[in-house]
Amino acid sequence: MSGPIFSFAEVNKGFFGVPVIKELSLEIGRGRVLGLVGQNGAGKSTLMNLMGGNLTLDSGAMALDGKPYAPGSARDAETAGIAFIHQELNLFSNLSIAENIFLSAMPRGAGGFIDSRRLRQRTAELLREVDLELPPDMLVERLSPGERQLVEVTKALHLDARLVIFDEPTTSLTPRETTRLFALINRLREAGKSVVYISHILADVEKLADDIAVLRDGRLVASGPVASFPAATMINAMLGRDIDQLYPPYASTAQGETLLETKALSLRGVVRDISFSLKRGEVLGLFGLMGAGRTELARILFGLDHFHSGGLISGGQSVSRQSPRAAIASRMAFITENRREEGLMMNVPIADNIALAALPRHARGGFIDQRAMVASATDLAAALQIKASAIDRQPARSLSGGNQQKVVIAKWLMAGPAIFILDEPTRGIDVAAKYEIYSIIQRLASEGCGILLISSEIEEAMAMCDRILVMRQGEISGAFERAAFGKEPILRAAFGEEGRAA
Amino acid sequence: MTRARLGELVLRNMTLIIFIVVFVYFGVQAPRFFGVDSIANIIKQASFIGIIAVGMTFVLLTAGIDLSVGSNMYLSAMAAGYLMQNPAFQNGPGVVAALFVGLLAGTAFGAVNAFCIVVLRITPFLVTLATMVAGRGLGTAITESFGIEMPGPYLAFGASNLLGIPMPIVAFVIVVVGAHIVLSRTQFGRQIYAVGNDPVAARKAGLAVDRILFLAYVICGFCAAVGGVTLIALIGRLNQTFGVGKEFDVITAAVLGGTSLFGGVGTAWGAVMGSTLVQMVQSGMIFIGVNLYLQPMVLALVIFLAIFADALRTARLEKLRRRMLRSD
Repeated sequence: MSGPIFSFAEVNKGFFGVPVIKELSLEIGRGRVLGLVGQNGAGKSTLMNLMGGNLTLDSGAMALDGKPYAPGSARDAETAGIAFIHQELNLFSNLSIAENIFLSAMPRGAGGFIDSRRLRQRTAELLREVDLELPPDMLVERLSPGERQLVEVTKALHLDARLVIFDEPTTSLTPRETTRLFALINRLREAGKSVVYISHILADVEKLADDIAVLRDGRLVASGPVASFPAATMINAMLGRDIDQLYPPYASTAQGETLLETKALSLRGVVRDISFSLKRGEVLGLFGLMGAGRTELARILFGLDHFHSGGLISGGQSVSRQSPRAAIASRMAFITENRREEGLMMNVPIADNIALAALPRHARGGFIDQRAMVASATDLAAALQIKASAIDRQPARSLSGGNQQKVVIAKWLMAGPAIFILDEPTRGIDVAAKYEIYSIIQRLASEGCGILLISSEIEEAMAMCDRILVMRQGEISGAFERAAFGKEPILRAAFGEEGRAA
Repeated sequence: MTRARLGELVLRNMTLIIFIVVFVYFGVQAPRFFGVDSIANIIKQASFIGIIAVGMTFVLLTAGIDLSVGSNMYLSAMAAGYLMQNPAFQNGPGVVAALFVGLLAGTAFGAVNAFCIVVLRITPFLVTLATMVAGRGLGTAITESFGIEMPGPYLAFGASNLLGIPMPIVAFVIVVVGAHIVLSRTQFGRQIYAVGNDPVAARKAGLAVDRILFLAYVICGFCAAVGGVTLIALIGRLNQTFGVGKEFDVITAAVLGGTSLFGGVGTAWGAVMGSTLVQMVQSGMIFIGVNLYLQPMVLALVIFLAIFADALRTARLEKLRRRMLRSD
């Protein structure tokens, strides 16, 4: 057989009216490895979820082996021979390796009981195929992330997948485990199977892939055989966006006083040797790829996780054991990336959401002074231009993403914080709302707040920040003063591209 | 062995350790405690709760709960008892038929719970809280709170032995062995563990999650019925308060046996150990003459220790699940 094993034809997909995949056409070669690259939010995962049956497309068509393909569920995709190995693994930690692989097709003997001898035997054979020397009876909870990844691959092999999708498979692997995974992928290719490999680690993509496809803003911007795609070309294709009036004009308001400082902060397995300081009026960017440890660092700063060595100095005081309560008391605010899950009570009126963190201030004799609370919430809502008709009745869920984000910011503002940690504050909101959020960030800084801005968008970080710290694999891999800002060095620090000119 | 591994081993087997310590302690204090009669008596007393705890284990494994087992005991015993008021059912085959009807009633009760949880998508806690009240209410309406006398042949059956083993223990052994085989040796059993571990992942993996949940509640209902009809055969008279509050003893027994309320962890043997431990503490305190008024406190302390170990274990597992970004 010839021709591509899989093709997308003019595929469109959006969420809540925001297009994520736009008119995308792409072919996946038979027996070849396709490296799929792009910035965070470029649409890679969405595209693969369409293939894997987790999402359905809005328009366009997909074809598998030349025949129309429209999976209704992950199960359909699996039956069709497409295995999707997610970044978040789909294994059951309380079951053995063998049970995980054969969960819905256990070899059975007389009376319908599991034939554990055959189960073990077949698992052992499969494990040998992927070169994983582990007892089939071992519980998955005892395995390292890399071993789990390989068990997931083993499962795909057993299902006789013809096309295997890997979504960021190496983020939690050690170098040795990565080598093993690559050997396995090469073997899959030799066996005539096709692979889609999504990764931010461009050197890996270059090494593994036969073909490259670059996505940007939901479009396929470049594709071709790997020989014509050195890492530099990939990066240029991934970026390439012209910046017009997306950001308010930059103005530095940084002052001398240090608000927050860390000294060689470490948490085993998560972050290591983090040292930085945040000054009054400063916007400090924290840039990096997903899984680089930025959110994890923020959680430690706010006391949601505890560091095991190093020092944290907040508001001039050394903190040995941070807690969210203590963090709030030292006037720190943390705006998480999951505003729906962590930041807002969706069914509660906007005013109550805003006042939540500062309820004690509106209490008189132990009871809440409803009128005073709504009044001060209204002031804040106006200051932040929250677009709502009646903030004391309208629930938070009725707002757009951008306005919800403003409510979260307003909530923290009411408590009068001095340090803001903003984790991806503009993710998933439209351009106009982004501009407003940026303006709010600038105003907060000019009023003397210190802001730690976690961002995956390099343009955003460069436009907004006084300084940028880059994280990679839980460590700070670069620090840039505004004068030294440049996409290439910053990306290089984030991707870990050593000595390669971009 | 490293200290961490040793700590984990102790945590994993906390109930067994407490079990052995308690057993040896009472035995040393009162040597009669080690006698065959004494041990058989403890197991017999524990069997009713134990049988139902095995059923509860299925439900707890899915991260659910069934508060209605006490009412279920009452209704199934009542169904059997009513039938046996008819002289036609007061002989050998009649008693067997009545027993069968009792078990059927309990299984149907479980199916009602399952329907509300799986089809109507109501939280298990609330569904079974409602059916706990409704079940006893139905029984009260039917009996007008009059007691039901069980007929002689039935009592004789309850007091009979099989190869010298008392009937309740025979029933207990059958239920435990059956449940153990289902849980550890069938695909359905292993899938219950998967659903309890991560329901979302189970659905993604293509498991028939709804069917698995449904069956778990039906099995729990069946076991409650077995416990009900076995216990009433010893008591002889079914009162309106039969089985009241038993759901707590049952859940306690299951959790003591190492079954997690968060799902995915537990075994049928655990239910045996948990129910026997509670009974052993109660009997042992009588043996060594612990002040009657202090006994509940002592029992509470033992339960607390075992459950605290479960909490520690859960916290430890939680830590292991944290995503590692680096390998240091």
